[in-house]
Amino acid sequence: MKVLLVDDSRTIRNIQKTVLAQIGHTDILEAGDGIEALKVLETQTPDLMLVDWNMPNMDGITLIRKVRETNKKTPIIMCTTEAQKERVIEAIKAGVNNYVVKPFNVESLAEKIDQTMSKLQPSG
Amino acid sequence: MDVRLINPFVMSVKRVFETMVHVKMTVGKPYIKPENGNSADVSGIIGFSGDLAGCVVISFSHDVACKAASQFAGIEIDEKHPDFADAIGELANMVAGNAKKEFTDVNIRISLPSVIIGNSFTVSGSKSAPRIVIPCQCELGELFVEVAMEPSGSSETNSTQANQAVGV
Repeated sequence: MKVLLVDDSRTIRNIQKTVLAQIGHTDILEAGDGIEALKVLETQTPDLMLVDWNMPNMDGITLIRKVRETNKKTPIIMCTTEAQKERVIEAIKAGVNNYVVKPFNVESLAEKIDQTMSKLQPSG
Repeated sequence: MDVRLINPFVMSVKRVFETMVHVKMTVGKPYIKPENGNSADVSGIIGFSGDLAGCVVISFSHDVACKAASQFAGIEIDEKHPDFADAIGELANMVAGNAKKEFTDVNIRISLPSVIIGNSFTVSGSKSAPRIVIPCQCELGELFVEVAMEPSGSSETNSTQANQAVGV
């Protein structure tokens, strides 16, 4: 599974990479803001995106709206400090599949990734 | 001192450091920052705007900042490491963002983090809002969370308080 991490903090991306490696995912793409992410998406097709909200140049909610204009399928998890109910609703309306509030521990992030991916599996 | 403004930051700094830095935080009695008080070597700063304006500053000594950044990132980080400022800024961002969610009836936006690294400096802001210092103690040492917030419109300077704090 190829995962695109979009966060302006390299420390957070490294922590996310560690969590993903622990659950067996090592094929990772990275972007530091929404503009960089759109550039990556021109040539790559990730199976999952983890997206921060507050970033320079283009924030996460704008990125998600742009992605969803043409791509309804790729699962997106918003991973952000924005925890107010209105923000979560705004993100869901924009097209996120799941929501992780920072600070997160390894277990909670891994669980949200599992939850998100298992919902996509075709039911037998 | 309005505890409704301070308690969200007390809860937030405990939550962020326990979850991301893996240390238990003990919080002392908050106090109003005296003139020229509490010098720091490293500070992470987040500005607030919207219904409430101001900023939160998390200040460390060199030693505590390096230890906190290292435990947060999971690798050894000193001040010369390219991820040092990023780690301190992200900790400040999480403390501010987590506190923000407790202000349920007001609309607040937070800025991207700024980080100052130096020697024994003081971060100053608007004179109109008193700066409340929350002293925090953990196994890594001591750090200080400074909060200055007030309703927007109560001061002609408050909308630019965050900018003043970082000297822009």
